Amino acid sequence: METTKQKIKKLTGSKAMIQALEQEMNRDSNIFIMGEDVGKYGGIFGSTTGLYDKFGPERVMDTPISETGFIGAAIGAAAEGLRPVVELMFVDFHGVVMDQIYNHMAKIHYMSGGSVKLPIVLLTAVGGGYSDAAQHSQTLYASFGHLPGLKVVAPTFPSDIKGMLISAIRDENPVIFMFHKTLQGLGWMDQLEASLGPVPEEAYTIPLNKAKVVREGTDVTIVGVQMMTVEALKAAEQLSKQGVEAEVIDLRSIKPIDKETILNSIAKTNRLVVVDEDYFSYGITAEISAIVASEGFHHLKAPVVRLAVPDVPIPYSRVLEKHVIPSSQNIMDAVESLLSS
Amino acid sequence: MNQTIKKDFLWIYRAMKTSRYFEEKMEKAYLEGKQPVFNIGAGPVLGEMHLSNGQEPAAASMIVHLTKNDTVTATHRPHHQAIAKGVDLKKMAAEIYGKKTGLSKGKGGHMHLFDPNVKFSCGGIVAAGMPHAVGAALANKKRENDWVAVAFIGDGAANTGAFHESLNLAALWKLPFIVVVEDNSWGISVAKKDSTSVPYNDVRAKAYGIKGYLVKDNDPIEMYKVSKEAVERARRGEGPSIIEIETYRFLGHFQGDPELYRNKGEAPSLREKDPIKRLKQYLLKEKLATESEIKSIDEEVYKKVDTAYEFAIHSEYPEPTEALEDVFC
Repeated sequence: METTKQKIKKLTGSKAMIQALEQEMNRDSNIFIMGEDVGKYGGIFGSTTGLYDKFGPERVMDTPISETGFIGAAIGAAAEGLRPVVELMFVDFHGVVMDQIYNHMAKIHYMSGGSVKLPIVLLTAVGGGYSDAAQHSQTLYASFGHLPGLKVVAPTFPSDIKGMLISAIRDENPVIFMFHKTLQGLGWMDQLEASLGPVPEEAYTIPLNKAKVVREGTDVTIVGVQMMTVEALKAAEQLSKQGVEAEVIDLRSIKPIDKETILNSIAKTNRLVVVDEDYFSYGITAEISAIVASEGFHHLKAPVVRLAVPDVPIPYSRVLEKHVIPSSQNIMDAVESLLSS
Repeated sequence: MNQTIKKDFLWIYRAMKTSRYFEEKMEKAYLEGKQPVFNIGAGPVLGEMHLSNGQEPAAASMIVHLTKNDTVTATHRPHHQAIAKGVDLKKMAAEIYGKKTGLSKGKGGHMHLFDPNVKFSCGGIVAAGMPHAVGAALANKKRENDWVAVAFIGDGAANTGAFHESLNLAALWKLPFIVVVEDNSWGISVAKKDSTSVPYNDVRAKAYGIKGYLVKDNDPIEMYKVSKEAVERARRGEGPSIIEIETYRFLGHFQGDPELYRNKGEAPSLREKDPIKRLKQYLLKEKLATESEIKSIDEEVYKKVDTAYEFAIHSEYPEPTEALEDVFC
């Protein structure tokens, strides 16, 4: 973070997003926002609150429920030199528009031999934990991370949310910017300490390809992203009371993935737990395990442990949902069995 | 004829009343554990809750013309449609409470109600049920029966690709398919006039060479007449229709919606035109029912709904490991 002597205020994830968007929109008149309920409502998950009043309906545009239309239009507008920030409320809703995303947004730069640039930020809310069931609770980190041509980020803490959103807006490539509903600090959801944090007031950038060690430790590395980072930190605190010091890495960037930070950590701890709120198969846990198996196998004293949603859709009922989304308890159990093996 | 009208209108009244009472109880049940601080994930009824109070005529006055063999696909705001279609009320309530005895054993929740016994389904993705209803209508045509398929959608859904692709298919194949567009003026916070290029979606029928109907002012009787014609046409093999009904959303998009985007006076003024009260007045005025007949329907409705809630509340939760079942057959 390029911090100099500047004002730092505590902001929620939502307020950090809004501040990033406002500062960037003031800086560059080519930036505009469009999406469902981003105008007067201010974004269902508080990503654009107040911006409609500040910038007006020309720059903060409410769209119809015509996703293929408006996300496709972002591609056309970006090719003309504008810098669209588009929001599609829930990541689960992308099914209707995936052609525009994976066949066009992701590939046009490549297919054009680099001659067409698409500086688009696609904002979307991810995550479960509040019983919104199978079509409103997914994270789908890996589904987007799988596609060449898209940068995919999923910051956890307010300061990263701001810095990475500014980087995403300034990036010349399409960036899928995933924000976790529970980390927005919204008044009508669970209140988490992690959703409020110090954020420098001036504009700053954070790279889109760097994970962050959010807790140092020596006995085991736990890699998470968003709510799984929060759960990992909770588990690490408990483990510390038992004399186990876990190092926690907040992945932040799904694509490109920061191998170096992970490999450096396991070189020190020799043990790895990867925890993901996405599905188990072919997901982040699989990707990181593969990276470590290929490039850091010699560091490992025990097999990698993978915790993720066990290849079932997210169920509605609280008892069922709790069973499938990894928790700090699951992480502690995994670490304990890993250390005793 | 008068006897049929009486029977049908009392059926509609009962369906609307059941839905209204079910939802008024749901409004309270949903707030349990969410006061004084609202938290969407707290209390016995969880997640998003989209209530349809005010929109009952759209469902009841159409579904009165349907049988168990006819298919209905519905929306994320599905209670009035589900209740009119005859979805098992106890199991529906239990599902919304996340119980093992629910329609989907607690896996679906209020936006994902499935009752194959009465050919009802709904889902959380806008317009997604429309092609499913087209497929059901295709099956009916292939099997040469006279069954129909009806998709209920909101006005916001009429701007999706799924809407237009479904209509083209249904028209091309001349299917027994009807789409009911429940125009409640709002797609969450975006007014219809700010999202839709035409004032009424019935005119979009012209683009597909099919029949378009418009029902103004949430009128259950007009909706009854128009739906009768559309269903009879579909059964006779005369092809698909769009019916748009101007209806009322008494409540927010979901419970907890601050509704800052709409005029504070809007919902109260809509409530003054409550379609259930209007139908009741009509029934009395036309001497299709007496006060005591209506009262006895009301009492039956309260009892049936209360029983369903009791069943739901007293049912067991699923075992946590049941989350792993039902991914495949």
